[in-house]
Amino acid sequence: MKSLAELAAIRDKMRQTVATRDDKASVRVVVGMATCGIAAGARPVLNAFTEDVARRALENVMVTQTGCIGICQYEPVVEVYEEGKEKVTYVKMDPAKVARVVSEHLVGGTPVAEYTVGTISK
Amino acid sequence: MQELSLNILDIAQNSVRANASLIGIKVEADTAAERLIITITDNGCGMSAETVAGVMDPFYTTRKTRKVGLGISFFRLAAQQTGGDLTVESELGKGTRVTAWFTLGHIDLAPVGDLEGTVTSLVQCNPDIDFVYTLCVDGQTFEMDTRDMRAILGEVSLAEPQVALFIREYLTENTQEMIPPEFHGGIIPK
Ligand SMILES: Nc1ncnc2c1ncn2[C@@H]1O[C@H](COP(=O)(O)OP(=O)(O)OP(=O)(O)O)[C@@H](O)[C@H]1O
Ligand SMILES: [Mg+2]
Repeated sequence: MKSLAELAAIRDKMRQTVATRDDKASVRVVVGMATCGIAAGARPVLNAFTEDVARRALENVMVTQTGCIGICQYEPVVEVYEEGKEKVTYVKMDPAKVARVVSEHLVGGTPVAEYTVGTISK
Repeated sequence: MQELSLNILDIAQNSVRANASLIGIKVEADTAAERLIITITDNGCGMSAETVAGVMDPFYTTRKTRKVGLGISFFRLAAQQTGGDLTVESELGKGTRVTAWFTLGHIDLAPVGDLEGTVTSLVQCNPDIDFVYTLCVDGQTFEMDTRDMRAILGEVSLAEPQVALFIREYLTENTQEMIPPEFHGGIIPK
């Protein structure tokens, strides 16, 4: 059974990571978590991003939430912010799509165009 | 909402928006009494008596992005459809307590769902807020307090994906055996 003591080992590992972290390369994955987003399935999307990012040990990626982005009909909505690049907005996300965004966009550097807001028609 | 744990996540977001520094999430079940009680407490900005009266109305919100506030109404409906109900107690400047009670085993009870996912999401997304999560089933209690984690982590943030993954697995391993079949909601196959 996992105990809190294991956090000490994670802390020691993270201390090294944080020390070498390059702020310029930082990436923020932001999931819309207002009532509309939560009802549409934002939580499993957030959990899937976190798990993928943690398991691949992607050091510069943080996963967090925001409130209502204002496009409720496209929830779950995910925005990816990369230093020096334009924001990419993914819509109608689900955990299966997350795997592709992580491998192609966060690791590979190329956004998955077919999941972005521009390509989904009403 | 398909799961009560999603309602909990949503109600706790109200506490986040109220600038709470400490949020409590308590899930208590007494299977013999067929009672489930969910309590979300915070030390945020609180509400006036007038506002508290207003929040039971789905068309009440102080949001600027949208004209309806659905969170509390949704949660209340989920409780009422099992023969339970919801109360909001609040004091300006002190904080708020939302209490919802449910009938376990009721045909219209929604599944409690992924409590670990809800707690992990809240902690990860609000690393500067402290959370106390308590699960109490038939007298057996599990409690997680982010202040204990902070004491170990030092300057390493609760928002780190590696830390969040640990929290999720830690919660799952330590609570999965406490979850009674009644938490799966609806009709229990006999
Ligand atoms: N914990 C709290 N502390 C302070 N004010 C609160 C709290 N919970 C609710 N409120 C007030 O009650 C209002 C209604 O809450 P409710 O969750 O029903 O809707 P909402 O948060 O406005 O919108 P939605 O939940 O649909 O995103 C809020 O806008 C807020 O003003
Ligand atoms: Mg709300």
